[in-house]
Amino acid sequence: MALQRIARQVIPVALLASLLGGAIYATRGARLEPADFVFNNGTEVQTLDPATVTGVPEGRAIRMLFEGLLVSHPETLEPLPGVAERWEVSDDGLEYTFHLRHDALWSNGDQVTSADFMWSFERFLDPQTAAEYAYMLWYVEGAEAFTTEVEDGRAVHGFDTVGITAPDEYTLCFRLKAPTPFFLELMAFYPMFPVNRRNIEEAQERFPDRWQQQWLRPENIVCNGPYVVEFRRVNDRIRFVKNPSYWDADNVAFETVDALAVESYTTALNLYLTGECHWIDVPPANVIQELMPREDFNPIPYLGTYFYRVNVTKPPLDDPLVRRALSLTIPRKDICEKVTKAGQVPAYALVPPGLAGYTNANMPHGASYEADVAEAKRLMAEAGYGPGGKTFPTIEIHYNTADAHMQIALVIADAWSKYLGINAKLLNQEWKVYLDTQSNVGYDVSRSAWIGDYADPNNFVDLFVTGGENNKTGWGNADYDRLVRDAAAELDPAKRMAMLQAAEAILVDELPVLPIYNYVTQTTFSPRLGGYFPNVKDEHFPKFWYWMDEEELAAKRAGHMGRDDMQAVEAWGPKAGLYPPAHPKGRARASNEGPPLNEAPPLNEEGGD
Amino acid sequence: MLRFLARRFLWFVITISTVMTVSFFLMHSVKGGPFDGERKLDPVIEANIKARYHLDWPLWRQYLQYVGPFNLDDQRALAAFDEEGGFSLWRSEGAEGEPTRAFGGVLTGDFGPSFRYKDFTVNDILEESLPISALLGVLSMMFAVALGVSAGIASALRPGSGIDLTLRIAATGGIALPNFVIASFLVILFVFLIPLLPVAGWGTIQHMLLPGFCLGLVFAAYIARLTRTGMLETLSADYIRTAHAKGLAPRTVVMRHALKGGLLPVVSYLGPATAGILTGSLVIEKIFFIPGTGSHFINAATNRDYTLAMGVTILFTVLVYTLNTVVDMAYTLLDPRIKLEDE
Repeated sequence: MALQRIARQVIPVALLASLLGGAIYATRGARLEPADFVFNNGTEVQTLDPATVTGVPEGRAIRMLFEGLLVSHPETLEPLPGVAERWEVSDDGLEYTFHLRHDALWSNGDQVTSADFMWSFERFLDPQTAAEYAYMLWYVEGAEAFTTEVEDGRAVHGFDTVGITAPDEYTLCFRLKAPTPFFLELMAFYPMFPVNRRNIEEAQERFPDRWQQQWLRPENIVCNGPYVVEFRRVNDRIRFVKNPSYWDADNVAFETVDALAVESYTTALNLYLTGECHWIDVPPANVIQELMPREDFNPIPYLGTYFYRVNVTKPPLDDPLVRRALSLTIPRKDICEKVTKAGQVPAYALVPPGLAGYTNANMPHGASYEADVAEAKRLMAEAGYGPGGKTFPTIEIHYNTADAHMQIALVIADAWSKYLGINAKLLNQEWKVYLDTQSNVGYDVSRSAWIGDYADPNNFVDLFVTGGENNKTGWGNADYDRLVRDAAAELDPAKRMAMLQAAEAILVDELPVLPIYNYVTQTTFSPRLGGYFPNVKDEHFPKFWYWMDEEELAAKRAGHMGRDDMQAVEAWGPKAGLYPPAHPKGRARASNEGPPLNEAPPLNEEGGD
Repeated sequence: MLRFLARRFLWFVITISTVMTVSFFLMHSVKGGPFDGERKLDPVIEANIKARYHLDWPLWRQYLQYVGPFNLDDQRALAAFDEEGGFSLWRSEGAEGEPTRAFGGVLTGDFGPSFRYKDFTVNDILEESLPISALLGVLSMMFAVALGVSAGIASALRPGSGIDLTLRIAATGGIALPNFVIASFLVILFVFLIPLLPVAGWGTIQHMLLPGFCLGLVFAAYIARLTRTGMLETLSADYIRTAHAKGLAPRTVVMRHALKGGLLPVVSYLGPATAGILTGSLVIEKIFFIPGTGSHFINAATNRDYTLAMGVTILFTVLVYTLNTVVDMAYTLLDPRIKLEDE
């Protein structure tokens, strides 16, 4: 009994104490000062290792931390100097020479040299690294063989068989298999970013079992980009702080940046609306219409296409006439205007429009949807279906479980049944099961999408070569394969584009895929955010970001307020703006905060050396 | 007492190994793997990724490697001489000179690397997220017990009265309304209409109020109903009538004598409920952007993150089992007629 009485007195105290201790433990690090800039990255990143990932959120985080040979212009995406300060391309477009700047440093103080790039490219291409994006560098001579010819999982060739050389500490040369017009763009793409050799090798030594996790820990990671990692918490945020060793640190405005991992679109929007987050990448679909007139929401065409794959191995879908009829009956305009609603563009081709030097080969279609439907009915009759002909078997529209996909599938199934008398059922599957079904071509018609990695039609046309890993339709065409292959080796850019166009023409004639619409970017960001532009790849470059002051914001608004449909909204961010140290306004701010007013400002205002 | 605990421990071992085995094989039998994506990978790359995580091994070998304690890697060894000639246990040099462990797996407390979040191990993720879910869970459970028990007693004291009816309707409402509806309503009310609280996130007491309330409300409703039923039964028992007859104050009768017996159903409900609430709630964590364990239950399964899904399953099993044992022990405190040895 005495024991019980003691227990009764001790247990509550112990419980309360452990609760208090737990509370302190669970909220440790959470009382961070608010960051200068907060954006929603959409989900937890899979890793910060530039070599091994392919996702958009990972790309955003990696661009904060590392810098490749080149960076892209935030609006036009043209290549700008990164670690390379200048570069040359040979006349035949096969040799690229990059000259590295001498003042590029790692966050541990080491110089960034061509040896770092050589080691990183070797690591990236090495089959043992298993880089998902390794194929992006296969345009370089010998690279594909280096990655894919393996014995027991290890490369059989040496890295010296790959056309990347470093004649000296600050020069890097590439020899390509064929002219690759987008090669400079690739060099600004995050898988090509270097990693620090000492960083990884030290981790391997210190943590033999867990080095794969350890080298990326905030306390271990070594970066060469505008920011370094201060703090990470799974499913919460990555806190970045400015990297003082970055060669262009004088042009980086924000001291701290948070990348949140908010998965719910509604929660992300709520955070944005209360000013706790300054840029969200996707708002919830049901508020798009209210967002449309706002100045902080400017959807622009995005390098991606939403389409249906058709299983061409299965009758009656093996008949091109049937596929053309199905495609013509898709009410693309209704889908864009009444379902997706953010200004998506009806697509009649696979390659998104607006790529420099390329004209789409569009699927032939009439002036109006009614004309298309009439033509579709005729095609179905020609194929032997409809009144007096064979009955069309029930087909299934296969999609991954998501409301948006279901609504589009419903509209299409309804149109097919109404105009062609085809009974189409809906079949939704959980994401991984859906991918499995699609890979095995175990569907009739399957929802698909493709987002371009680089602005070139090859990125899309290449998908549907016979037996390609991403074909997934069972379709193949020898002429198509030949055109795609020849285009890859073609020296003349205009001829190359013509070949790709001819290939796309075959694709939209035979229609193993039914194009539906082209994506738009849905990024929503505080109007005060400077150095940030919606662009065709929806890629954003942290070194350019800053907060505008009232004056600059007013000027920006004067620029677009001529449009009376534009509605001004609360501009999150400091009213005084936040400019990088190299900017005149940034300097003014620094001297205001710094020494007392009667003290003379430093003389070498231009930044010295 | 010791015999009881020993027997419980034996059953614990059986339960946990069953759960682990069944969920391991179930998970691996589901279509799609952790590294399947919209882009199909090059076969060489895919093979190497799978090899890194031993997915190329036969399933039985993956299972043994996962459970441990022996590391089944090809260069395994129990002991070896290191470079300087020193003798070290459990480590050896592999073919490439990299050291290899002889022990690993769940039995050594190692849940392996997460397949999805490659920068973290499952241990890292659970260590970080469990305290967050647990803190929120404890707070909302305290709130739920306080609200539920008082509402239940108030109902039971005057069955059929206006108070009873109102509280019962409220409790039914609390059970029927999904917590995301309540959450959305509260967000609109306390964030947008009356800007008092932060909309989402984690870190301060203010951040915990809305999610804690939403999380606790359903439990409060259940507890209120259980308390009412339990109290009604106890209040009509002979010993309560005796207590009244002895002239004790009604307050003393209820608080000292009736409550102990009346709370038994609540206590048995609290075991599994606490385990559930400690490991977090997917919906509440999503809506309020809380980096707890709850979202891993679903995300790990949809991502086919085998190790993380196994980790949270095992964690949940351990918690449910432990708390149930604690509840059984608590019975003896509340009702002297119950003996652990009777079990």
